[in-house]
Amino acid sequence: MNTTAVPETAPSGATGGRTRRGRTAGRSTAKLVVTEAKLFVRDPLGSFFAVIFPATLILVLGSAMPGFNEPSADIGGRKPIEFFLPITLALAIGTVALVNLLNTLAADREKGVLRRLSTTPVSPVRLLVAQLTVTVVALLVGSALALLAGRLVFGIEARPNVAGLLTAFVLGSASMVALALLVAAFTPTSRAAMGIGSLIYYPMLFAAGVWTPGPLMPEAVRRVADFTPLGAASQALQDSWAGDWPQPLHLAVLVGCIALFGGLAAKLFRWS
Amino acid sequence: MTVIEISNLQKRYGDQVAVRDVSFEVRAGEIFGIVGPNGSGKTTTVECLTGLRRADGGTLRILGLDPARDRTALRRQVGIQLQESHLPDRLKVWEALDLYSSFYAEPADWRALMDELGLTAKRNTVFSKLSGGQKQRLSVALALVGNPRIAVLDELTTGLDPQARRDTWQLVREVRDRGVTVVLVTHFMDEAERLCDRLAVIRAGEVVAIDTPAALVARADVPGVERPTLEDAVLALTGPTASSPN
Repeated sequence: MNTTAVPETAPSGATGGRTRRGRTAGRSTAKLVVTEAKLFVRDPLGSFFAVIFPATLILVLGSAMPGFNEPSADIGGRKPIEFFLPITLALAIGTVALVNLLNTLAADREKGVLRRLSTTPVSPVRLLVAQLTVTVVALLVGSALALLAGRLVFGIEARPNVAGLLTAFVLGSASMVALALLVAAFTPTSRAAMGIGSLIYYPMLFAAGVWTPGPLMPEAVRRVADFTPLGAASQALQDSWAGDWPQPLHLAVLVGCIALFGGLAAKLFRWS
Repeated sequence: MTVIEISNLQKRYGDQVAVRDVSFEVRAGEIFGIVGPNGSGKTTTVECLTGLRRADGGTLRILGLDPARDRTALRRQVGIQLQESHLPDRLKVWEALDLYSSFYAEPADWRALMDELGLTAKRNTVFSKLSGGQKQRLSVALALVGNPRIAVLDELTTGLDPQARRDTWQLVREVRDRGVTVVLVTHFMDEAERLCDRLAVIRAGEVVAIDTPAALVARADVPGVERPTLEDAVLALTGPTASSPN
């Protein structure tokens, strides 16, 4: 798996060099992803929040909250937990982006990890790609566990609009990742990044309906939440969970956030 | 053979001039030192010559490459150890070496390198649990893992205890004995004197002298000091009372 000895002769010809370089690029990208995955798993808090928290929340709320798993007349005879499941997905997206990814990025920059990497032939962009890959995988596993918990433990039946759900999930994740990149771009230290990250994180959770799931959210709050990335993502997830298509407004908000935050982040991001 | 040619390098940050006019050449196989007070432009100079920063003026040729234009090609052949750059806290020694060796098409054998640098016993230790000397040795190992032709080492021994410093010096000599040209930035004169074949003395962004440590001492004119050391000689060249280079 490694080149264990120094080759005695240099590769001759441009083609040899190019394929060798191509192989090096593939190997180093794979190694970066594996390394980031190991670092992710070794950070117990990080892996807890991304992977286990959404399912845990469903289990705790469903079994401990009175009436959470009982049909309720207030919401048309359905169970509150059915509304809460898609919100859990939004919560997972927000947490992974604004806590896990943001902290990793800010710490790597502050400690000079990115600067160190920029002394090698490998671009720090590849590190970013590796971190995003690990983030997305963790998010998918976390969401799958939450859905599984909902289905197996509480027997939640749903006929989601699968295409709509995937669209909402992908766009929602991308918009929150773009937001995390933007915060990482303009904060000078990792402390500042974490501070601003949590200043954004809690209102975002509120907009997503973590405290006021589904129909419990007051209309005025919802109208504001529609225009926040996690609020729009949450609404889009809830609509597609219920079998409908996400509303064009929510998808437009998400696309707009991706373009705005992503564009600004690309302009402002510093490697050291 | 000349491997590094820098002429009339200039670099400003805003309206502050970091490097005013720096020129020197480094020959293959030598240990070339850059000394000077804090803020004299040493680090900026090596950052420009390694392509980490873009020079505002002057020409740079490293192994025939322009660091601003041929960054990637340059990085395959130049190993860089920077001051204040760390690794993720939870990354293990062997993982760091394994990862960094994968960045190069023809890397050195990282296991052998780990052994030579006395890190084998620490192979499963995470970065945050290493001592200062061990971190520094790992940092040097990472700079060498790509089998570079030039190694740039910036303030290699800052913060190390005397024994660790001496071990690191021995290491630098061994690196040179492998045929690697070494550019060493330091402000320890004993280090410069013991290690470097030639030194560039920088003051306020300008080169005030380039010579062997012995020649710098021999030509030093320090009033009131009978047998000046290299430190006296360099201070006389860079201190507040030193005459302007031009």
